[in-house]
Amino acid sequence: MSAVIDAHHDDHHHGPAKGITRWLYTTNHKDIGSMYLWFSFIMFLAGGVMALVIRAELFQPGQSFVEPHFFNQMTTMHGLVMVFGAIMPAFVGLANWMLPMMVGAPDMALPRMNNLSFWILPFASLMLISTLFMEGGGPDFGWTMYAPLSTTYAPDSVTFMIFAIHLLGASSIMGAINIIATILNMRAPGMTLMKMPMFVWTWLITAYLLIAVMPVLAGAVTMMLFDIHFGTSFFDAAGGGDPVLFQHIFWFFGHPEVYIMILPAFGIVSHVIPAFSRKRLFGYDSMVYATSSIAFLSFIVWAHHMFTVGMPLAGQLFFMYATMLIAVPTGVKVFNWISTMWQGSMTFETPMLFALAFVFLFTIGGFSGVMLSIAPADYQYHDTYFVVAHFHYVLVSGALFSIYCAVYYWLPKWTGFMYSEALGKLHFWLSFIGVNLAFFPMHFSGLAGMPRRIPDYALQFANFNAWSTVGAFVFGLSQLVFLYLVIKCIRGGQKATAQVWDGAEGLEWTVPSPAPYHTFSTPPVVK
Amino acid sequence: MSIATRFVSSGLLLLAVVVLAGPASASSGWNMTPGVTEISRAIYDLHMLIFWICVAIGVVVFGAMLVSIVLHRKSRGVTPATFHESTRLEIVWTLIPLGILIGMAIPATTVLVQMYDSGGEDMVVEVRGYQWRWQYKYLDDDLNEQVSFFSNLSTPRDQILGLSEKGEHYLLEVDNPLVIPINRKVRFLLTSNDVIHAWWVPDFALKRDAIPGFINDMWTIVEEPGIYRGQCAELCGIDHGYMPIVVHALPEDEYDAWYADQLQLARAEEQLMEQDWSEAELLARGEKVYATHCVGCHQADGQGIPPVFPALAGNAMMTGDFDTHMEVVYHGRAGTAMQAFGPVLSPVDMASVMNYQRHAFGDAGSSERSAPVKPKDIASFAAAQ
Repeated sequence: MSAVIDAHHDDHHHGPAKGITRWLYTTNHKDIGSMYLWFSFIMFLAGGVMALVIRAELFQPGQSFVEPHFFNQMTTMHGLVMVFGAIMPAFVGLANWMLPMMVGAPDMALPRMNNLSFWILPFASLMLISTLFMEGGGPDFGWTMYAPLSTTYAPDSVTFMIFAIHLLGASSIMGAINIIATILNMRAPGMTLMKMPMFVWTWLITAYLLIAVMPVLAGAVTMMLFDIHFGTSFFDAAGGGDPVLFQHIFWFFGHPEVYIMILPAFGIVSHVIPAFSRKRLFGYDSMVYATSSIAFLSFIVWAHHMFTVGMPLAGQLFFMYATMLIAVPTGVKVFNWISTMWQGSMTFETPMLFALAFVFLFTIGGFSGVMLSIAPADYQYHDTYFVVAHFHYVLVSGALFSIYCAVYYWLPKWTGFMYSEALGKLHFWLSFIGVNLAFFPMHFSGLAGMPRRIPDYALQFANFNAWSTVGAFVFGLSQLVFLYLVIKCIRGGQKATAQVWDGAEGLEWTVPSPAPYHTFSTPPVVK
Repeated sequence: MSIATRFVSSGLLLLAVVVLAGPASASSGWNMTPGVTEISRAIYDLHMLIFWICVAIGVVVFGAMLVSIVLHRKSRGVTPATFHESTRLEIVWTLIPLGILIGMAIPATTVLVQMYDSGGEDMVVEVRGYQWRWQYKYLDDDLNEQVSFFSNLSTPRDQILGLSEKGEHYLLEVDNPLVIPINRKVRFLLTSNDVIHAWWVPDFALKRDAIPGFINDMWTIVEEPGIYRGQCAELCGIDHGYMPIVVHALPEDEYDAWYADQLQLARAEEQLMEQDWSEAELLARGEKVYATHCVGCHQADGQGIPPVFPALAGNAMMTGDFDTHMEVVYHGRAGTAMQAFGPVLSPVDMASVMNYQRHAFGDAGSSERSAPVKPKDIASFAAAQ
């Protein structure tokens, strides 16, 4: 052991390396976290442009802007890019930056794997996006890839999409292993499991979900690959297979996946609301139990995405009841957040605004979720814009808003400078108005009978769609305000203190701002 | 418990305000339709019940949040309280939602059980999805096909491209609507010829996937005569947005008369093959068949959307021998979007469309042109398969 320590004694490479090699070879959790966040933001803009193409086409009835074939490629790629390229990597980026600092560890447990899991992403995503330029066009069967549209009837580029999904999945699994190893092995002395910050708890549970379901997705797309190229008939009834089998496997992955994108969001909000209410999180223990319950339930509700495939009555009833149950632990979380605010001493800086909007809008998404869980009513909601409204409320004003909430909350810790509060508020209000204008009318168009994934629609849906398009452009363009704000904050501004927010608690606020390249080389003691 | 009491009282106050202000009216156009069947009304009631429960919960939850935001802010100089847990409260707000959910589950289960009661039907219609049209087959008591026809979008392409004004039922109109009687239990058997489609008519609250290789079923009893419109609800490829559903629900006697006519027409169709078709007649009929079945992929000008949908114009097959051409049209091309039209088109229609394709995209005007293919040729080809 002493030989090892001596060997490192003369090593003065404690700061970042110079030039591009810093980013290529880095094993530093802060560097990798930053790369994840920038990558996810670029992908967010790319997926956003696709969304705007969709909204532009739907601005008014008639084929005006793109052909149906390209429209379908846009809906597919928008979904894949946002899920696998934007939301998931953003949360991994936040985990990279914050988990070691929150548990008092010097870095992630497996730093080299950390580097690999990031550097897979740009190449996998480039491959995914490059399918749009291939002969026959990119995947055009929706991000849910239902067979046989995605197998027998798919463009050739589907093979590249499958490989890209394999790579993205491998990256996610590596990230999840790293997070579990870090949390379970590298906590500071005295930090028992039930003393861990909520973001750490939610990510621990999320990481287990990832390890459980990403291989299932890999299996599903591999079966697609075999059906396409090797003559198997997993999803082809003519060969003894079953197209619905694909949906069961996909949603066995897909439903936990939804919680993978929302549990870390719960964690973030559970930090920000106490900090700006200047009051401890209400019901910490019940928050942990509620998160675990949601994670467990997420494995037994998948077929509520498939109420119209013709399941037997008993199956419909089971999945309906199990799905309704999720409202209970989710409700507990919302009640706890509001009790945390109750009789606090609140201020409304940008992170708090995003956190409040999260609670408000995520709950609306939860309400439409309860409505969707009612199987008989779901016959009317299924595959309409009501569903589109539902999952954008939970994923945009839920997951994405929580990511913004986190970035504003921790940006001073990362850069050492305070961001411009005025620009932050501008970004928040534009986003808040844009999101609601874009997605609230979709409830109405869906209930009135507009199916999702159509490039053109009947005249009675025209007003709702026009509003949605206006909202989408307001929301999309206002993200440039955020980009400007972040660049400005990195370049300078008012110096941030170590504490940054007077109500914030946690080990990350005990290190200087900006956080030094290496933190907690000596573990702190948690009482 | 003082917190809980204040939560509840502030919430109730806000609830009262909203209820007194008047419920949002459920006018058609932005809410689910109550529809025209017993089931659709039951579903609508269920939908509104759950909606109002959500509104009530929302008022309580958001009310508490709003009160907190207004009153418990630092700018009012309040000092934060220090409470941070209450097992009793956690139990309360676990049990109350659980109770509410049970209250929702009971009516939901009742409706679902009712929907699954599909026996005792008066008639059976097979609904078959194709890229991108519906086929309706009226089956007799032994499930033998009696009457069968395709139902295609009838909105002119000009309207879609914005070259002419869009009609009232833009994208929700078809050439041959499904016709069913009112007050009879109609059972639908759903399947598909290619990819998964979903047959949805909101007024009947019927939506079920049409899955290739499998048969799903559902039923309805329509109570009011009328024209009801719906759409395919499962992404099924390029023209997913262009496969509407139109159902004419007729009084029983009118339906019976219509059905008798259809039976006669079906017999007459069989006679058509015996007729001696002139080339001009075939071409005129073929143009219509092409516009219905081929234009989605191969396009009106025959240029297709390469490479997924190959061009017909300039394609060697258009000038080659009939058998190769017939082989592809009849059997389709495995592994591509080119479906087998053998079971779809009658011999007359297939002969017509092949002649039309060769005329429009092949060697029209060439002196070496072969004689037109006749319906009888198709029939003998089919018999040899």
